[in-house]
Amino acid sequence: MNVLWLQSAGCGGCTMSLLCAENPNVFDTLGDAGIRFLWHPSFSLETGAEARRILESVEAGETPLDVLCVEGSIVTGPRGTGKYHMLAGTGRSMLDWVQSLAPKARHVVAVGSCAAFGGITAAGGNPAGALGLQWDGTLEGGALPGAFRSASGLPVINVAGCPTHPAWVTETLLLLAGEAMSEGDLDPFRRPRFYADHLVHHGCTKNEFYEYKASARSLSEMGCMMEHLGCVGTQAVGDCNIRPWNGEGSCTRGGYPCIACTSPEFEEPNHPFTETPTIAGIPVGLPSDMPKAWFMALASLSKAATPKRIDVNAHSDRIRVAPTLRVKRK
Amino acid sequence: MSERQLLVGPFNRVEGDLEIRLDIEGGAVRAAYANSPLFRGFEMMLPGKDPRDALTLTPRICGICSISQSAAAAFALADAGRAEMPEQGALAASILHGVENMADHVTHFHLFFMPDFCRPSYAGRAWHQRALQRFTAMEGSAAKTMVEARARLLHIVGMLGGKWPHTLAIQPGGVTRAPDARDKVRIQTLLRAFRRFLETSLFGAPLEAFVGLSSLRDLDVWSTGDAGLFLEIAGDLDLASLGRGPGRYLSAGAYPMPSGRVSRAGVWQGGAVTAFDPAQIVEDVSHAWMLGGAAHPAQGVTAPDEEMREEAYSWCKAPRLGGQPVEVGALARQAVDGHPLAQALAAEGGVRARITGRLLEIARLQIWLEDWAARLDPAACFMGAWTLPEAGSGTGTGVGLVEAARGTLGHWLRIEGGKIASYQIVAPTTWNFSPRDAGGAAGPVEAALVGCPVGEAEDTPVSVQHVVRSFDPCMVCTVH
Ligand code: SF4
Ligand code: SF4
Repeated sequence: MNVLWLQSAGCGGCTMSLLCAENPNVFDTLGDAGIRFLWHPSFSLETGAEARRILESVEAGETPLDVLCVEGSIVTGPRGTGKYHMLAGTGRSMLDWVQSLAPKARHVVAVGSCAAFGGITAAGGNPAGALGLQWDGTLEGGALPGAFRSASGLPVINVAGCPTHPAWVTETLLLLAGEAMSEGDLDPFRRPRFYADHLVHHGCTKNEFYEYKASARSLSEMGCMMEHLGCVGTQAVGDCNIRPWNGEGSCTRGGYPCIACTSPEFEEPNHPFTETPTIAGIPVGLPSDMPKAWFMALASLSKAATPKRIDVNAHSDRIRVAPTLRVKRK
Repeated sequence: MSERQLLVGPFNRVEGDLEIRLDIEGGAVRAAYANSPLFRGFEMMLPGKDPRDALTLTPRICGICSISQSAAAAFALADAGRAEMPEQGALAASILHGVENMADHVTHFHLFFMPDFCRPSYAGRAWHQRALQRFTAMEGSAAKTMVEARARLLHIVGMLGGKWPHTLAIQPGGVTRAPDARDKVRIQTLLRAFRRFLETSLFGAPLEAFVGLSSLRDLDVWSTGDAGLFLEIAGDLDLASLGRGPGRYLSAGAYPMPSGRVSRAGVWQGGAVTAFDPAQIVEDVSHAWMLGGAAHPAQGVTAPDEEMREEAYSWCKAPRLGGQPVEVGALARQAVDGHPLAQALAAEGGVRARITGRLLEIARLQIWLEDWAARLDPAACFMGAWTLPEAGSGTGTGVGLVEAARGTLGHWLRIEGGKIASYQIVAPTTWNFSPRDAGGAAGPVEAALVGCPVGEAEDTPVSVQHVVRSFDPCMVCTVH
């Protein structure tokens, strides 16, 4: 299976994250499964005219393309021209290239939330006119129309994340190489369900604090960050706390909130990222699938029942009170 | 030989997209024009937002120097709020930042720079087979060893900072996670493993031996490891005299701690180091598709020229220090810091100097990281209280200056009414890949490309590639 990878209006962080793949390293993980890069802007030898010839050969249908991966959003500015990103050396906008190459590919994969939905590049009034490949935030239809289907019949596969976990990318490619991904394996925002059917809250090391609503009031306290510090891990999709990042990390394990970087429009939460908006003291965003009345009843009950250990530790930067052990004496 | 023009792009194995236009005469580059072809507009997104949001948004300017951006934002906010990180918080932030800079340097050497020597045009050179074996794109043995070592090194960021890139762990008051005794020994263990990679693969010798080189004569006899392979190639191809920059080097000083910056700040020129005065920075926009005039970043505006006027050719502004272009990066940092080999290399100024400066910094940075890890105190406080200028009425300004892998990075922030009123960024590659200024002075890489040999049949000259990649450009940071 061959892969052509293009980088547009993003930060390159999804490629940098991909290089963190382990067991085995990224080149062996993909290479051993017969996945090879026709061209990748960070890894390939070919530059300039050599790279242009590869793109032209795919465009002309001379080189069959299995997967087109696009990293970064597609900018349409100024005024719909796409000139905020002209693909170097080609005199053509990335918007034009992507629209021309996507129909040639068997599969099209949007790598990262920028390519999927517009992402961070679309924040703050979207000065560059950034779009996702097939989505504009939560609306279907981006650089490619909502009805677009690649040669395999699938829509654009949105491996959303900011950045993407390396395994979200390698496993999507491995599943495609094994013909093991169909439309039913994608969620309504077309994210692969193998990671999008989980919530970030699953496996968070702060779960015990969450149970008692023992909440951190400032960053560096150990408590749950839902009540005050903007954590939306109970609503955000991702297996970040099941299959951690860079060895044993995740946002919440690092002591800062999940900002739902896998979701469309995460870049504009309409409140400071690290502050939970509340109405009458109740967090505005409730956990997925939780009726509000129940949440409030359980929260007040559990708060009242918070053990001292949990209460103290929630407001400390390290464990101050250890679990009580029952030691028998002879 | 005839005159001709070449347009080189897409220029890969750099971070982001880059286009270089070359005027060629008599088999060499007569003039070069560097175009950063991507505009995203981060400086326009930030005004109106809560100042703390800069900590989430600005790291996403760049996926390769994300922690550098996050540190610059944290220091700018701390400056605006008159806050200071506790010593141990600054130490942990330096470890996070140092690990990223280290990962960037080894990625550049193994994946971006060295593969060019695998080109068929070099077949027959004494070193070509070894270059192929070690550095063939995506397959070379050194490339694979490096990605594994790098991924393990970044476990330190996973542990201290949650994830890489785009951590939110560095805050104006310190870091969000206090490492415990167990974290400390894990960090030390990971660093020891990384030292093994450096000493067996990259240097083929103890790091201290490379750090101990003090002259070009010492360097000429270094033969071990992939560093030795590079120096052999550099000698054969005369990379010492290829791609000389402007000869002025800037460093803001790396790794700020309450006790001072770990490496010195200053400007190196002609063998002397003078003080760095950030007030001397002016961003010129005469050849950038930007409206408005030249300004200090504290007064700067970002207004893209939607007409993309003729005289301009890049989205990148042209920062100048005291009216002159300066080169930034590892070589600049090490020369300004006073390392004798780096100072000799700064005078040499070409491709060999830039790459060797980076190798020298790799060796020194590993030693610093080990020292910082040993000084971590698991009982200490890693986050102090800090406040922003009062919400609603709050007004303030702040500057955050750090050293990213590729050089000096500055964030200039103004807060009004508790919101960001202005946010201007000058990134390392903004310095190195700036276009011409109003006086016609070329940016550092544009100057360094003049004189590069170009073969009659070449459409993507390999000498130009060596020079451009020796700067390790990061185009996504450049325009931001
Ligand atoms: S910090 Fe976030 S993810 Fe963790 S338990 Fe609390 S709400 Fe869930
Ligand atoms: S924890 Fe949340 S913000 Fe962090 S990477 Fe996962 S989905 Fe994104």
